[in-house]
Amino acid sequence: MAVGELDFRTCPVTGLKIHRPAERLIKINAVTAVVFLLVGGIVALLIALTRWPAVHLLPAVYYYRLLTLHGIAMLVAWIIFFEIAAVYFCCTALLNSRLAAPKLGWLAYFLMLIGAAIVAITILAGKADVMFTSYVPLKASPWYYFGVILFAVGALIGISLFFASVVKAKNEGTYTGSLPLVSFGVAIACIIAVLTLAHGAIIYIPTFLWSLGLIQNIDAAMYRIIFWGFGHSSQQINVAAMISIWYLLSTLTVGGKPLNQKVCRTAFILYALFINIASAHHILVDPGPSAAWKVWNTSYAMYLAVLASLIHAFAVPATVEVALRKKGYTKGLFEWLKKAPWGDPGFSSLAISILLFGVMGGITGVIQGTEQLNIRNHNTLNIVGHFHGTVVAGTTVAFMGLTYYVIPLIFQREIISKGLAKLQPYIYGIGLVLLSGGMILAGMFGVPRRHWDITFAATQFPMSWDPTVSFALGLLGLGGVIAVIGGAIFIYIAVGSLLWGKKTG
Amino acid sequence: MAEEKKAQEKEKIPKMQALYDDLFFIFLLGAVVLVVFYTLWGVMELANLPLWPR
Ligand code: HEM
Ligand SMILES: [Cu+2]
Repeated sequence: MAVGELDFRTCPVTGLKIHRPAERLIKINAVTAVVFLLVGGIVALLIALTRWPAVHLLPAVYYYRLLTLHGIAMLVAWIIFFEIAAVYFCCTALLNSRLAAPKLGWLAYFLMLIGAAIVAITILAGKADVMFTSYVPLKASPWYYFGVILFAVGALIGISLFFASVVKAKNEGTYTGSLPLVSFGVAIACIIAVLTLAHGAIIYIPTFLWSLGLIQNIDAAMYRIIFWGFGHSSQQINVAAMISIWYLLSTLTVGGKPLNQKVCRTAFILYALFINIASAHHILVDPGPSAAWKVWNTSYAMYLAVLASLIHAFAVPATVEVALRKKGYTKGLFEWLKKAPWGDPGFSSLAISILLFGVMGGITGVIQGTEQLNIRNHNTLNIVGHFHGTVVAGTTVAFMGLTYYVIPLIFQREIISKGLAKLQPYIYGIGLVLLSGGMILAGMFGVPRRHWDITFAATQFPMSWDPTVSFALGLLGLGGVIAVIGGAIFIYIAVGSLLWGKKTG
Repeated sequence: MAEEKKAQEKEKIPKMQALYDDLFFIFLLGAVVLVVFYTLWGVMELANLPLWPR
């Protein structure tokens, strides 16, 4: 071992040994993530105000262009940069160890950054109005696919670094026995990521060649199956990462310890095995594949993954309950809940993330994933309401909650505006309930997603809707504005703390 | 010394736990389930659809 102790510092709060080169990578990836959250958030406001008929802000071209940018900036850039930061944390600090090859970490970072920048610029230049699904035969400029591929290669390097660092830590004996639960969950996320990126390569490379004119034709039905092997699985990386962060937050906020490691690990393994086949729920109305293929992949086997989610959804709150009861809050059934640290934004984010992910995202997801019901929801705003429940109210809120600990522990700065920070998760959460709720309701009346003007006002046959629809879309707009305010407060606090927060280290 | 310690630990870890610790094994199982049930089965069904007669 030729590593000087100079490469490490010990965290005064948690006692964790922090590898400085890894720490620098964690910082840069987290900061970049927040920058993309800002971009995606500004755009979110504009498109939400366009879907609100009373405002109908953007012209059609910009609605579609910015919708494409919103999907990429949020779902790809914000989420994955943050996950890479979390991945580096879990394979170093949590294992008492160091990053296997920090230089590769920087290579990964720049590939991802350049890739994301190319994609964003291509979209803004009007050369890729294809939505983030880029279904063929919609064709974007080759730069778009090239940027996505660069980004994916960078992410793959980051994930490889995780596995290499875990092996290294094991060999150097910096941890003994099994991986800690949080690192194990992130390892499962990384496993899913490898499967995801393999499908991504199979679909994006030929599509890139097709955009260059080197390949004649890409079959549209085939594209959808392989694309969703990538597009859906990547959401399962987010779920596994989010749940790992739930466990981490339950420890950081109330000192919780997982109650039953066997059960929790089994649930994670169920994800690795069965959650990816649910990709088929995106294909349920496609005419090609048989009902047998659809039903097997979206029901039967996939419910094992739903079971896993239910296990986590009970295990994490139970962890919190036991920890709080140990602190003496034992009166009646619910004293622990009443006395929980609701003013700690890390804790309230955890609670909001669990509640909304399960109630808003999970239940709608299981309904939509059923073949017979999917036909009613397919391509309506109901779907968009579902995934703003999962990937925003669930994943994004959990990541925000963790940030309130990353800033003091990794960046060694005090959080500024503590009063505002206390309120932030609630503002964002309420905004999201209205936003998603409005979308879900509008979708139940058949309002399509990705649609600039559902009244078809400029055509010969204008369309009229049930009055509930304008109420629902009003909720969407109002909730969107509140959520964007909550998001802006988060970004102000995160960036402000880095710039002006009192140094603690 | 260190090796001795390692060897002792290996003995202590129950079989199921060792299986759970084997990330590569989990990866393989996950890959097989996804590729067989979703990808290959799906692509084969599409490939076997009759083409629209010209
Ligand atoms: C302040 C928060 C947000 C608001 C107000 C918001 C609002 C919206 C709206 C209005 C749409 C368009 C629906 C349509 O017309 O079809 C949309 C689409 C979408 N949003 Fe968000 N969003 C927010 C945050 C996020 C975040 C954090 C993510 C990801 C982590 C995300 C991912 C997506 C995706 C993937 C789409 C679909 C894009 C497409 O159809 O190609 N959103 N959002
Ligand atoms: Cu999906």
